[in-house]
Amino acid sequence: MRTGQSKYCFRYVVGRITVYSLLFLFAVCFLVPVYVLLATGLKSFKDVNIERMWVLPDEITMAAFGKAFSKLSPNFINSIILTIPATVASCIAGSLNGYIFSKWRFKGADIIFVFILFGMFIPYQSILIPLVQFLNRIGLYGSLSGLIVTHIVYGLPITTLIFRNYYMEVPDELLESAQIDGLGMFNIYFKIVAQISAPAFVVAIIWQFTNIWNEFLFAVIITQKPSIQPITVALQNLAGSQIVEWNVQMAGALLAAMPTLLVYILLGRFFIRGLMAGSVKG
Amino acid sequence: MIKSRGDLLRAFFVVLPSIAAVGIFIYGFIGWSLRASFSAWDGIIPDFTFVGFKNYLEVFSNVRFQKDLWNTLYFTFFFLLLSICWGLLLAWLLDRKVKGEALLRNIFLFPMSISFVVTGVVWRWIFNPTVGVNALLKLLGFSGANWGWYTDPTSVLKFHLALIPVILAASWQLTGYTMAMFLAGLRGIPEDLIDHARIDGASELYIFRRIILPLLKPITLSAMIVLGHFSLKIFDLIYTMTGKGPAFATDVPAIFMFETTFRGNHYAEGAVISIVMLLLVAVVIVPYLYSTFRKEIKR
Repeated sequence: MRTGQSKYCFRYVVGRITVYSLLFLFAVCFLVPVYVLLATGLKSFKDVNIERMWVLPDEITMAAFGKAFSKLSPNFINSIILTIPATVASCIAGSLNGYIFSKWRFKGADIIFVFILFGMFIPYQSILIPLVQFLNRIGLYGSLSGLIVTHIVYGLPITTLIFRNYYMEVPDELLESAQIDGLGMFNIYFKIVAQISAPAFVVAIIWQFTNIWNEFLFAVIITQKPSIQPITVALQNLAGSQIVEWNVQMAGALLAAMPTLLVYILLGRFFIRGLMAGSVKG
Repeated sequence: MIKSRGDLLRAFFVVLPSIAAVGIFIYGFIGWSLRASFSAWDGIIPDFTFVGFKNYLEVFSNVRFQKDLWNTLYFTFFFLLLSICWGLLLAWLLDRKVKGEALLRNIFLFPMSISFVVTGVVWRWIFNPTVGVNALLKLLGFSGANWGWYTDPTSVLKFHLALIPVILAASWQLTGYTMAMFLAGLRGIPEDLIDHARIDGASELYIFRRIILPLLKPITLSAMIVLGHFSLKIFDLIYTMTGKGPAFATDVPAIFMFETTFRGNHYAEGAVISIVMLLLVAVVIVPYLYSTFRKEIKR
């Protein structure tokens, strides 16, 4: 018995060591790009050369960040102007849609919902040509408003899904008792359902904020003028030009990643819930 | 709940704007693209003269598009393989009741929250043949590290080696997703089940293969569909990291479509590529949506 137990114990220790060392190894792998970003971004220009690429900076300097910031700050502001209204509008619409598609299912509502949902999976290339023509015709092509409208519309499927899934869990009895109190469909939404929607709003807002901030395809096609481009497009232009130093590119990348990264660090668990909702079953 | 006819009618009007928006911006526009794909539109001015399958024949006989399809096939295969195996391994490790689980989980998941453009810019640097991984390996004493990475035009059985860095970057960004899915799945397996098997003398490997893996099958399928449909339409990451690559080594339909349409003004051909992409995605997504919402669709 005794030997058996110590054998078990030995195996347990080996197992633990393996688990921890593997996890440590993978964590290091995952952090390599972060190291690269920081080590390069904090270097001075003369410190950026082939021999010194992978080592820590001689002295830490914010010069590259300053340069990246002066180049990208207008685009950073464009991204804010774009992201906030698009996020808010698509979440409000998603909440109303989710309420109807979960609690007031008129005839055909379910099938319509599935058709709306399909919209979040399509490759946007398949709507790009008409979208450009359409925005052109209504005078919104090449403007930030055009990009905002686009993000609101193509955000509808995912926000509708997030809110529908959330409201499905709200018991019908709650709504029934409100009906007995004499509330109608809209009052039930504003006085009861909207009051308990905070968790769904947090998930949907974070999801939309992250997606719209990070988006590139619509942005690069709809905004041509550098002065109105969001930060993802500006970063790509910055990184695409041969004359910009690596340290400035890395600093710019960090600048572009910062807002969504901060949201993730502060509110990560809600982000993960949005992620799960994105795989439909939620 | 009492739902009067008036209520349901009002309900319909509440969602009508969204239905109209989706109807126009998704289904109407797809129809418009479809029409453009059969048209003679080749230039800035639209020309909807019907030309049949001419554009389709042209696109499919284009060597670049053939390369794109092979690249997509290989990219999807290796990207799925890597993200799923790696994600499963990470989830399994994290499920061993480890200390610091929350921190580790966040390290594996944070790449999901940043833009593909950022990932592309950083990973382009990491695999830059002069300053990237090669320089690191030389620093560590491997003087033979002179690979071309994404600048290497060689291919083996139509698989372009230049895709390897892109596959690694994409997996870095999305493995956290599969990990989170598998972790949720593992946490959902009742502990009694595993404990009983252990008491019955089953080895850990046996438990993993015969109990855990079968129970994770539905999650694996979902992850494959979500990541698979995503890789069929991948654009941002490759566009910023490598572009079309040497001799189209890292080209994909999305990049071809973008350049053909918005840089070359060949609208009809661009529309063809976009419709092919849509069909590829639909083959994966439509059965998935159908099986998930079977009850709702039949109602």
